[in-house]
Amino acid sequence: MDIYRENVLDHYKNPRNFGNMDKPDAKFKDSNPLCGDEVEFYLKIDSGLIKDVKYHGQGCAISQASASILSEKLIGMKISDVMKLEKEDVTAWLGSELTPSRLKCALLPVMVAKAAINEFEKK
Amino acid sequence: MIRTLQIRRIYSKDTTNTANKAKPHQLENLLNNSAKNHNWRLYMVDFSKLKNDFPTLKRKVNGKQLVYLDSAATSQRPLQVIEAMDDYYKNFNASVHRGIYSISEEATDKYEKAREKIAKFINASPEEIIFTKNATESLNLVSYSYGDYSLQANDSVLITQMEHHSNLIPWQQLTKRKKGSLLYAMVTNDGFVNMQEFDLQLKKKPKIVSFTHASNVLGTINPIKEMVKKAHDAGAISVIDAAQSAPHMKVDVKAMDCDFLAFSGHKMLGPTGIGILYGKKHLLEKMPPFLTGGSMIREVTLQDAKWADLPAKFEAGTPAIAESIGLGAAVDYINAIGIDSIRRHEIDLTKYALERLSEFKGISIYGPKDAEKKGGVVAFYLEGVHPHDAASLLDEQGVAVRAGHHCAHPLMQRFGVPATLRASFYVYNDKSDIDKLYEALKFTESILKK
Repeated sequence: MDIYRENVLDHYKNPRNFGNMDKPDAKFKDSNPLCGDEVEFYLKIDSGLIKDVKYHGQGCAISQASASILSEKLIGMKISDVMKLEKEDVTAWLGSELTPSRLKCALLPVMVAKAAINEFEKK
Repeated sequence: MIRTLQIRRIYSKDTTNTANKAKPHQLENLLNNSAKNHNWRLYMVDFSKLKNDFPTLKRKVNGKQLVYLDSAATSQRPLQVIEAMDDYYKNFNASVHRGIYSISEEATDKYEKAREKIAKFINASPEEIIFTKNATESLNLVSYSYGDYSLQANDSVLITQMEHHSNLIPWQQLTKRKKGSLLYAMVTNDGFVNMQEFDLQLKKKPKIVSFTHASNVLGTINPIKEMVKKAHDAGAISVIDAAQSAPHMKVDVKAMDCDFLAFSGHKMLGPTGIGILYGKKHLLEKMPPFLTGGSMIREVTLQDAKWADLPAKFEAGTPAIAESIGLGAAVDYINAIGIDSIRRHEIDLTKYALERLSEFKGISIYGPKDAEKKGGVVAFYLEGVHPHDAASLLDEQGVAVRAGHHCAHPLMQRFGVPATLRASFYVYNDKSDIDKLYEALKFTESILKK
């Protein structure tokens, strides 16, 4: 597995958009209880577009790099397109195939972002 | 060289019906009696050469030689075990306790001989040895059969905080069924059962006290005799989870005086799918069966049935025949080395691992720091390095360790970590494996440290 390449390590060590957000339009937090990976996303949404993203999290390099990369991709994205994201998109961003046990780590952030949008749409 | 001869005898006997010639395995060539300076060793065994008996240890992973450090999860199996099972499938494949024909008699003989070997291995009698699927099933058998039969409403069961889920959930379920309570003796900071709390909980008169002989995370070896005696004095029966001890150190059920004891074949060089429950005869006799069906009956009418004698009463259906025979061969292999030599070897390795791992600045090691007080298991956390990342990067370098919660959530919660890394050792490991772990961890740290 060559997941631990420069791009992933860079996002892990220098996370983008990490931090708090005042009055987010949507937020959601979830974790992988078995490994302790944890991510919370905050979104600003306007006219179906994601205007700003912040997140908090802790856990393994793959979950945290995946959150950082996702935060960059989300800005400017239509929420309908976020809901269409699949595991292939995530592994393409990370630049490597993942073993099944590590795929859960990589997919946690996108699941959290989708859940945040679901909550937003219920309002 | 009696033990060497035993091994040879088994192989020549097992292949009498075939054209196969027994291969000279490493173990047979490595035993000698010259260890005069080590009176605690029956034999001097060059453990590092035993690797040659284990096919999986010869393979490469990600281009690197496999370094297997996860024997607490499952051990590797030597050719002797694999061939003993092959021998059954190739030469006397038949059901046991059924046919009058030769190969069925032969299979039955080998199946029952395996039971005798295992009985001798833990100083029990064969009728007290029940073949199960694994230690988990053994513990479930006790909780359902003895537990449902003997516990009244509001009765309690006492376990410790260091139990594997296999020795926790069955009791949690039993006490829920009985609307009773599950009591715990907690674990101290240095990884031992808090004996004051154990004594205190015993005052609540639990009906069953169940605990592990050796922890699968901390490695801690519990003072079994003392704890069993205390349980008996309080009026409870004792159940021992020996999954992490039977493969690695002397287990003597008479000396321990435990009422039940469970372990798995696959952690002791044997195959998967076979486990052992030892139970005192007088208890097994009064317990109802756990699983019912063929093989476990004496007589069946349209509306009723009478149970077979021990141990058949607890072995419903066609058993794991090849696996039992394989486990018998595993016991032969362990006996040929000597369980005390294995224990000494693992103490040496654990001591070395504790020393080398302590060279890392940000390391936390869980459990006793004295190798004499623990099994060959070292669980640790390296600051700034998530265990799952570490396990992936170690795997890249061919080093197999366990990362996670080790099926012991309450213990992980106790130490405030979601996951740890765990290296565990067995007969085929040597100090070079620990050096490779050290180097691979250094590399991992250099990549992940912020």
